[in-house]
Amino acid sequence: MRYSLFNIVVNGLTGNRFTEPAWRAATPKPRYDVVILGGGGHGLATAYYLAKNHGIHDVAVIEKGYVGGGNAGRNTTIFRSNYLLPGNEPFYEWSVKLWEGLEQTLNYNVMASQRGIVNLIHSDAQRDAYARRGNAMLLADAGARLLDRDEVRTMMPFLDFDNARFPIRGGLMQPRAGTARHDAVVWGFARGADKFGVDIVQNCEATGFLRDRTGAVTGVETSLGPIMADKVALTLAGSTSRLTEKLDLRLPIESQVLQAFVSEAVKPLIPGVITFGAGHFYVSQSDKGGLVFGGDLDGYNSYAQRGNLPVMEDVLEGGMALMPMIGRLRLLRQWGGICDMSMDGSPIIDIGPLPGLYLNCAWNYGGFKATPASGWCFAHTIATDTPHPLSAAYRLDRFRTGKVIDERGAGPQPNLH
Amino acid sequence: MSRLAKGGQIDRSRPLAFTFDDIAYQGYFGDTLASALLANDVKLVGRSFKYHRPRGILTAGSEEPNALVELRSGARREPNTRATTAELFDGLEAASQNRWPSLAFDAMAVNGLLSPFFGAAFYYKTFMWPKAAWEKLYEPAIRRAAGLGRAADGPDPDHYEKAHAFCDLLVIGSGPAGLEAALAAGRAGARVILAEEDFAFGGRLLSEKTTIEDDTPGAYVTRAIAELKSFTNVRLMVRTAVFGAYDDEYGALERVADHVAVPAPFQPRQRLWKIIPKRVVLAAGAMDRPIVFGGNDRPGVMHAAAAQTYVNRFGVAPAKTSAVFSNNDAAWRAAFDAHDAGASVKAIVDVRTDVSPEITGGAQKRGIRTILGGKVVSTRGKTLGIVSVETGHGRETLYVDGLMMSGGFSPNVHLTCHHGGKPSWDETIAAFVPGKCPPGMTVAGAATGTFSLADCLADGGRKGAAAARDLGFSAADPTPPRAESEATGQKPFWWVHESKGLAFVDFQNDVKAKDVALAHKEGFSSVEHLKRYTTLGMATDQGKLGNVAGLAILAEVSGRTIPQTGTTMFRPPWTPVALAAFAGHHRGPDFRPTRPTPSHAFAEELGGQFVEAGPWLRAAYFPHRGEPTLRDSVNREVLAVRERVGWIDVSTFGKIELSGPDVGAFLDRVYINTFSTLKPGKVRYGVMLREDGIVMDDGTTTRLSEDRWAMTTTTANAGRVYQHLVFCHQVLWPELDVRMASTTEQWAQIAIAGPRARDVLQGVVDDAAAVSAEALPYMGAAETTVMGGVKARVFRVSFSGELGYEVAVPARHGEALARAIAKAGAAQDIVPYGLEALAVMRIEKGHVSGPELNGQTSAADLGFARMASTKKDYIGRVLAGREAFRDPRRPSLVGIKPVDRTQMLRAGAHFLKPGAKPTTGNDQGWLSSATWSPTLGHSIGLGFLVGGSAMVGEVFRAWDGLRGTDIEVEICAPCFIDPEGVRLRG
Ligand SMILES: Cc1cc2nc3c(=O)[nH]c(=O)nc-3n(C[C@H](O)[C@H](O)[C@H](O)COP(=O)(O)OP(=O)(O)OC[C@H]3O[C@@H](n4cnc5c(N)ncnc54)[C@H](O)[C@@H]3O)c2cc1C
Repeated sequence: MRYSLFNIVVNGLTGNRFTEPAWRAATPKPRYDVVILGGGGHGLATAYYLAKNHGIHDVAVIEKGYVGGGNAGRNTTIFRSNYLLPGNEPFYEWSVKLWEGLEQTLNYNVMASQRGIVNLIHSDAQRDAYARRGNAMLLADAGARLLDRDEVRTMMPFLDFDNARFPIRGGLMQPRAGTARHDAVVWGFARGADKFGVDIVQNCEATGFLRDRTGAVTGVETSLGPIMADKVALTLAGSTSRLTEKLDLRLPIESQVLQAFVSEAVKPLIPGVITFGAGHFYVSQSDKGGLVFGGDLDGYNSYAQRGNLPVMEDVLEGGMALMPMIGRLRLLRQWGGICDMSMDGSPIIDIGPLPGLYLNCAWNYGGFKATPASGWCFAHTIATDTPHPLSAAYRLDRFRTGKVIDERGAGPQPNLH
Repeated sequence: MSRLAKGGQIDRSRPLAFTFDDIAYQGYFGDTLASALLANDVKLVGRSFKYHRPRGILTAGSEEPNALVELRSGARREPNTRATTAELFDGLEAASQNRWPSLAFDAMAVNGLLSPFFGAAFYYKTFMWPKAAWEKLYEPAIRRAAGLGRAADGPDPDHYEKAHAFCDLLVIGSGPAGLEAALAAGRAGARVILAEEDFAFGGRLLSEKTTIEDDTPGAYVTRAIAELKSFTNVRLMVRTAVFGAYDDEYGALERVADHVAVPAPFQPRQRLWKIIPKRVVLAAGAMDRPIVFGGNDRPGVMHAAAAQTYVNRFGVAPAKTSAVFSNNDAAWRAAFDAHDAGASVKAIVDVRTDVSPEITGGAQKRGIRTILGGKVVSTRGKTLGIVSVETGHGRETLYVDGLMMSGGFSPNVHLTCHHGGKPSWDETIAAFVPGKCPPGMTVAGAATGTFSLADCLADGGRKGAAAARDLGFSAADPTPPRAESEATGQKPFWWVHESKGLAFVDFQNDVKAKDVALAHKEGFSSVEHLKRYTTLGMATDQGKLGNVAGLAILAEVSGRTIPQTGTTMFRPPWTPVALAAFAGHHRGPDFRPTRPTPSHAFAEELGGQFVEAGPWLRAAYFPHRGEPTLRDSVNREVLAVRERVGWIDVSTFGKIELSGPDVGAFLDRVYINTFSTLKPGKVRYGVMLREDGIVMDDGTTTRLSEDRWAMTTTTANAGRVYQHLVFCHQVLWPELDVRMASTTEQWAQIAIAGPRARDVLQGVVDDAAAVSAEALPYMGAAETTVMGGVKARVFRVSFSGELGYEVAVPARHGEALARAIAKAGAAQDIVPYGLEALAVMRIEKGHVSGPELNGQTSAADLGFARMASTKKDYIGRVLAGREAFRDPRRPSLVGIKPVDRTQMLRAGAHFLKPGAKPTTGNDQGWLSSATWSPTLGHSIGLGFLVGGSAMVGEVFRAWDGLRGTDIEVEICAPCFIDPEGVRLRG
């Protein structure tokens, strides 16, 4: 059913007589052309674009819990394409372009809202580095503005301009960046994929792989029984290593906890997304009014989806240093997600490394923004067995060749990215 | 006035004045804002989130979803404050929120009329047409309408403290179970902390009348607290909410001064406790839950347990004439208490048909009418006036201004979930009870689903004693105080199907029973989907009240049992916590420590302007009168150094002292070049790589004697390099006999640079001959004394490219050394120079620094390829040999000059070929550092260019679209003055 004004009026008047499930509750068939493991944003977007762009409809998305229960439903919902390196910037810029039309594409309001992001600058060296980045963004047609202190002050007068340990000296802004409603993105892609005939199987946990004598992957073992597939694609984010372990595959990723926080709702306070340049703190305000914020990783490897006090304190020290007027607002909820942190801080989208297997992982703490482009490029990779030009830099062998994409220059230590 | 003539635990001798929406009222000491408002007949207190429905006071605790106010004003404004937990103080100001123009008439209430169209998740299906309208029109309107209160106007003027506490047993909650648990463990000698979020101890005992040892519950509480206070091993913490169970520690918030207008001088507003207990008894009680029926949100509808609290604890009748709508015995007792206190109770409507005679007898005795098997289907009135009841024999209208509602009790299992434990469904009490608890936690009393007072007292004592025994204390199960085993009958009941009007499950977020059904119809039938789709449980009460009913309705519409449908989990915090409490004192200038350099005071005297360099404050430049811009001062400082001499404090460089016979071998493995061959008394420049072949840091290392070495690192990487060396030694090569210590803070280090540097140096060292040109050649080092016997190290090194020395003395002598150098240099016309001049000179000289050592560049990229030894292994060597490192398209270091020498370069520009379009594909590299060179009289820069040194002489463009410039540049070698190094060897 298409959502339209007419449809809303009719349902309003009839007490929702004419509604139907957003997607079918599917039970798995014995075999599919493509089985995607992980019903987060990336898995569902991949299924959607496999069907839409490549005409591959015989697809199942296997989700151990409910769709969007992983990081897709736990992130701080920021999308942006303010990257520095040529391996990254065109990919993320394509993602922003897809965000810009996603409501219309999916006929679902994912509330993508381009209220802009400002990365604050606190030193001359930081300004130089951000200028390089801003110019890289302009080269990729992503748009960027360098703000001076006064411009930042006009835009965000509530920041601490007068009493700060690290004074604000300006900012790099991407006006086209913004936030989206994370759950709606998941549901929109699920509904869209379902319309093309994709089976979305919830409460079905993948527990292992089916392999033939050559070692090629030919399907998956699940809590609902084995499922055969020509191609098995992994979009498991923080759980990737748990499954690849069953294939004796070690990947250059570590699973680490990242926390997110939301305050009680207040009247509009913050225009767009703000990142502090002298500490780990970033913040935006949801349409409901809550401040949504986060900071550094907890720093240890874990699969437990919860964080601890030391990082909460660190994050809020940053928050109070930046915006001392939020002190009396209250923290409403706090949670953790498991991030698939890679050795260079950049993602992996690739064919293999075993026949029949396709990898999509290493999204670090920044894969939400990539959701549409990741689905787009991964679908291409699966359908054509060739990397998409936009994700060509994300191959696994880059760690062997040295063509790493280390935006931060932090080196091969996942918790530093 | 609804204040009862007597009773309650308020102090009627201490009246307190307060205002709500600018109208003055009076309450008493011991009131909450909610009880005081009720006493003044203020029933309409707030508006709901979505439909802006009028709302009143629903509860008497931190779960309150409706009565949220802005407390205090200006920079102390606290939005969304629960009137039910705000302690009344003299002069309290409160205002209603989320309404316009007034609380009584709110224009946005029109949303409620449109509720058929604005159901659950309607946003996702609409606001998409036309495309541009979402951001321009709909979203701004939604954002304005959403949100509740307003944030404070300015920086929070109060301060916040942090504290740690350690104990054997942490008891959370001071109701009957908590008190007995604390007593049992306290008597056994265990170190106990009893934390209570309320401002009074006693929990439900404060609200009830059931007798203990033939005395009032209040008397029991007083005795228990007195006994606990007598133990030195017990700490009582009132106004302290334990909000989260983390790994090995509990977060708790103590509201130190929220019950006064302004904290006393030096008193924090709140204190964040990190409590590290060995065992925990969670005695958090249980919560009355709503019944979903038409108009259940109308001001005047209140939880029965809350009404009981207002009557017994605060001496307030929440209504003149009440009815009761319930499914359990406890609500009847609440009605009896109200009646006994003099408030009229017109009827008790209970969904059950078989209520025990013991209970119905109580009603009969009091002459209260009972309607068994009845249901409330709707309510009417701006504030409640009319209740319509389905009696089983038809509809009947009750004219009452209060309705006491109770849907049974949910144990407060929240903290048991914080480590991922799932509560399990208990059919007999129709509630979730604790599942797997965090390590060391047991649950006692009503929080386990044991509701009678006698059972709670016994359970608490048992759990407290067991925890103590578990820790090796000897503690027998105590004999619980004698108390009534009151009736706790109930029948699961969630939803009046015959409801007329909107029936709410989640009050604040306006989630209705219909929304739950719609979510199910649209496929959102998992509990988490239900929550996210309808926002049920996402409001400030986090679903404490509504979650169970929502789940029950979902179970019913989907034809499943509750356990089949799911469970409700809770994330921290238990109750919202002020953000400032987590930051404590780390805000403003105290956000991070400030490290001044040893010569800071002297530099200040000299008029130095300071700048943050990581944690340090360093002098950036020293303006003279008549120098209008920074550039003027910097040019003067640079020329003075190049022509005469200058000094600068370089103590911020990282310093690491290494000793032992294997240091040479150790350094050979961490640096790309060889150090083991360095002779004592010599300095060598070195570059070290990360494991992945990228440059980590550069700096000089000096061999002071055969087995003593001193390393310097860049300021930025001081910590990181030390960490790296320790890792290498402890993990990779523990067999090497090497010891090391960071001495960054132990040594002050001043650089003297310029053609006359030696003359100045000789004026401060005690033995001038020790630093003569012959005795101390370039890259030599000497251990000597300065200023009449102060131990010093002199290194002949240069960052500026001039004849240069760095003199290190123990940090406490740093300032004196700087003064001595300035004095000794007076004859040479010495200048102090700052970070800015240093940066100019290093670019002129082509020395790489932070912008070049950015963690993305290899030794070869930086022009260090020939420094790398081929005769030894070192960290990073193998991975630096990878294909990508040999790629000819890899940008490498070059020097840059504008073709038109009057043009200014700016770092951050990208290189393009002449005529090329500005696209990612045409990108040829970037300008990493740029400056005006006063020595050359034009702008210069360093950058990374595809082709690197092979491009010397070519012309490119430095394209800076961000700042709208596009300049032709000439590529040159990355060294602009004295490439042969004649000056520094002078
Ligand atoms: C706190 C936090 C904040 C973040 N903020 C941002 C942000 O602001 N912007 C941004 O761009 N990114 C952000 N991210 C990162 C982003 O959320 C992730 O990179 C992205 O969501 C990962 O892709 P996904 O949506 O497919 O992952 P997920 O949603 O995690 O999908 C993986 C799915 O696999 C399922 N699964 C796991 N094991 C199995 C199995 N054995 N069988 C079947 N299914 C299985 C999981 O249940 C899950 O649903 C943040 C992450 C966190 C944790």
